Amino acid sequence: MSIWLDQNTRAVVQGLTGREGRFHAQRCRAYGTAIVAGVTPGKGGSSVDGVPVFDTVREAVAETSANASLIFVPPSFAADAILEAAENTLTLVVCITEGIPVHDMLRVKQYLAGRSTRLIGPNCPGIISPGIGKLGIMPGEIHRPGGPVGVVSRSGTLTYEVVAQLSSQGLGQTTCVGIGGDPVVGTSFIACLAAFEADPATQAVVMVGEIGGTAEEEAAAFIEEKMSKPVVAFIAGRTAPPGKRMGHAGAIVSHGLGTAGAKIDALRRHGVQVCEDLATIGRFCAEAFA
Amino acid sequence: MKLHEYQAKELFRRHGVAVPAGGVAATVDEAVNVARSLAGYPLAIKAQVQAGGRGKGGGVRLVQNEEELRLAAGEMFGMRLVTAQSGPAGVTVGKVLVEQGSRIDRECYFALLVDRATASILIMASSRGGMEIEELARTEPGAVAMVRVNPLLGLRGYHLRELAAALDLPAEAAPALAPLVRSLYDLFVKHDCTLVEINPLVVTVDNRLVALDAKVEIDGNALFRQQELAALRDDSETDPLELAAKAAGLNYIKLSGGTVGTMVNGAGLAMASMDLIGQAGARPANFLDVGGGASATAIAAGLRILLSDPEVRLLFINIFGGILRCDLLARGLVAAAQEVAISVPVVVRLAGTNAEEGRRILAEAGLAWRPVTGLAEAVAQLEVTVGEER
Repeated sequence: MSIWLDQNTRAVVQGLTGREGRFHAQRCRAYGTAIVAGVTPGKGGSSVDGVPVFDTVREAVAETSANASLIFVPPSFAADAILEAAENTLTLVVCITEGIPVHDMLRVKQYLAGRSTRLIGPNCPGIISPGIGKLGIMPGEIHRPGGPVGVVSRSGTLTYEVVAQLSSQGLGQTTCVGIGGDPVVGTSFIACLAAFEADPATQAVVMVGEIGGTAEEEAAAFIEEKMSKPVVAFIAGRTAPPGKRMGHAGAIVSHGLGTAGAKIDALRRHGVQVCEDLATIGRFCAEAFA
Repeated sequence: MKLHEYQAKELFRRHGVAVPAGGVAATVDEAVNVARSLAGYPLAIKAQVQAGGRGKGGGVRLVQNEEELRLAAGEMFGMRLVTAQSGPAGVTVGKVLVEQGSRIDRECYFALLVDRATASILIMASSRGGMEIEELARTEPGAVAMVRVNPLLGLRGYHLRELAAALDLPAEAAPALAPLVRSLYDLFVKHDCTLVEINPLVVTVDNRLVALDAKVEIDGNALFRQQELAALRDDSETDPLELAAKAAGLNYIKLSGGTVGTMVNGAGLAMASMDLIGQAGARPANFLDVGGGASATAIAAGLRILLSDPEVRLLFINIFGGILRCDLLARGLVAAAQEVAISVPVVVRLAGTNAEEGRRILAEAGLAWRPVTGLAEAVAQLEVTVGEER
């Protein structure tokens, strides 16, 4: 079992004809994901590595019964791509694109409210259900199929670090979700935590956060109130000085909120185990979930 | 991207938001010329720096005549202005804004910003503006009204009524509020702003609403469609190493007081690596994210930037290869090492895609680096190396 991405996922790649789109679509296919179509306006009728390309998502869905999308289009067109996927009722949309204007994402997020489309990202590594499939840019081989751990993170390579340590401890993963580092993202920590709580195969969760915003604090309260499964959290940025932007647009510390210390305190106050040493997080989880 | 006050006020003027008459000057004579074009004293002279908190740092002066103006402007040009946001070194004043003084009845606070949690545009207003607004918001949260606007629906009548209630303007000034809010909202959306802040928004004795100050920040991701504003960018307050990094496509932030230079792929792992340096008993000299898919050239550029920081006494390179292959990274490091003399110890941690190959390349290049595989090993090696440096 897994969340959101499973054996029935059939994805179009919006931006398949670009360098990144093509490279990562190949790797997703090699991992066993059904990549059934590409969409690039103006390139309909062509194909990339045997995958047919369409001008619109509408045509791609009509021809291939796709139900998901992986988006690599440039930032200036990315909001359109997400809306196009949503209007064509794709249930899972993963947007890798970095650098989308925040006003575009405000409108996209409001549009998606109450709709059946789940957006992951933007500016994220994507989602992987080890052994089943992946829609994203993460290296598949560091993951270990079979569960029982669900992983949710705002980061990319930091997630790979955590996952690799879990795998080396013999802790497999049900699904790993990178929700993205932008100020406005489609899927929150809480939505992921709720899905893991409801997934019978997931028995424990690792949440990887970082400074900026208050998403981790909100997740802390949710974990205490709504989750029966154990959660281990890690927060990056304890040594980051206040007021400095740390690369992710979201990672801005301001007004005493959103610091690593405030997040760690909130998590502990709500009974969440916090690992402070990234070097030993795999072992920490093995003990916490034993 | 931050605009200077004079640039933000020009934007305000174009959108029909009232600002005091005035002009920008780069010399004392220019300041006097601006003053002579205005309708007499008193005038305000305001240092044009992007760092906030300038009022408390001596960057705003009121003058009553030309003699005072010459004196004040003369002192202000070239001054190192240290504010709460400028860092300890301060920023040099190169331009001043000379403005007509306003006869003020009341000072209010008004701001628009992006509210990430609710994906809306947040409008904040208070009838008690001024320099202590943060303190006020903390101690009396009710004194600052918060109105959230769904960007798909835009500004509605009830938003305006809520803001009017919060500002509680005199009857003669109240009708000017709705057009002002509409103009600011339109400007905020049209120009991809992440912040528009007016502190103070004043009610003059003749009941006009005037923006005495203006802080505007434009979304850096939207500059491709805000080219007119993008051309206003002023990098003079940015650290030169940060500018060099940006030109190379790297995300670098100088941190004062640290001695361990770091280079990492990915922002989250970079922050976590800084924390590991802290665990090893040292302090990071910088944040440097070479990105998930960095090229050999970018890595070489990153290494050069780290080594040009005189405070760096040790390097920690932490790469988790995913898209970025470790063999490619190692080749970049070797190439860079041939160009720049590396005089400090380097702890290199390579993991993930082609990590073994990467370590072999480093070993064969005969460099005195300390390659490690695991993070725990990296921390141990950092501890040893930090100890040797002491």
